[in-house]
Amino acid sequence: MPTGEYPLFYVFHFYLFGIIAVASALAFVTRKSPVAAALWLVNTMFSLAALYVLLDAHFIGAIQVLVYAGAIMVVFLFVIMLLNLGHASEIADARGMGWKLAAGLVGLALLAQVFALTRVQVPEALALPQGTVAEQVRTQGAIAPIAGPLFTEYLLAFEVTSVLLLAAVVGAVVLGKPRGRADAR
Amino acid sequence: MLAESLFFSAVLFTIGVVGVLTRRNAIIVFMCVELMLNAVNLTFVAFARVYGAAGQVFVFFVMTVAAAEAAVGLAIIIALFRHRQTVDLSNINLLKG
Repeated sequence: MPTGEYPLFYVFHFYLFGIIAVASALAFVTRKSPVAAALWLVNTMFSLAALYVLLDAHFIGAIQVLVYAGAIMVVFLFVIMLLNLGHASEIADARGMGWKLAAGLVGLALLAQVFALTRVQVPEALALPQGTVAEQVRTQGAIAPIAGPLFTEYLLAFEVTSVLLLAAVVGAVVLGKPRGRADAR
Repeated sequence: MLAESLFFSAVLFTIGVVGVLTRRNAIIVFMCVELMLNAVNLTFVAFARVYGAAGQVFVFFVMTVAAAEAAVGLAIIIALFRHRQTVDLSNINLLKG
């Protein structure tokens, strides 16, 4: 898609946040200290939220900040500090040279594969006229275009999600309980 | 902006995969998985803009799965730490042949 149709302001911010996201992700995988890594990952998630807003997904951007950066990452930081792993670990924390080479090769192969996939032509007939989603957001608000399909077409999946969450809660409680006492299980 | 989104998404996903393969700290490996889920979410949102807002519904489900996964996974890591006093994955090799 040629970028000429978008204002320069938009394109500049899109690339800005995209590059911040990638740079933070690189910093994230290279940090020794788990806390620093987690905070770089939070930065990546914030930039991704900005990208979602630029892509007309305002509500997704908001819940990205609330759920991912706000809740999931706080749980991660909580566990890091609970287990007292915050200092750059004595675990040298990167595997040997062979692993690194293998990971680099796998990464390059995967990148090439994903780029090849993005070249695939999707039938034009499936695409909505340009600006449809932005127009929906303007007329119906940011939430209605998502809430509609969520509670009609995908209602079954939505209900099954509640079972998934229940299973996760029960699993987390069972796993988190101290062992040893027979009656504690 | 579809091509650019897919580019950033592919790069983020690859960084996540390389992180899973190279790091030994279980919590960081786990955060790399979250990064991969985020990269996929970016793809969903980018396509949702061109092919209709239903793609954003899937981002919802991915986030739910990520939250459930974080809860269970971190509980497993805590149980593991309680048992072995470490989260170094190279020490956790009971199932390695």
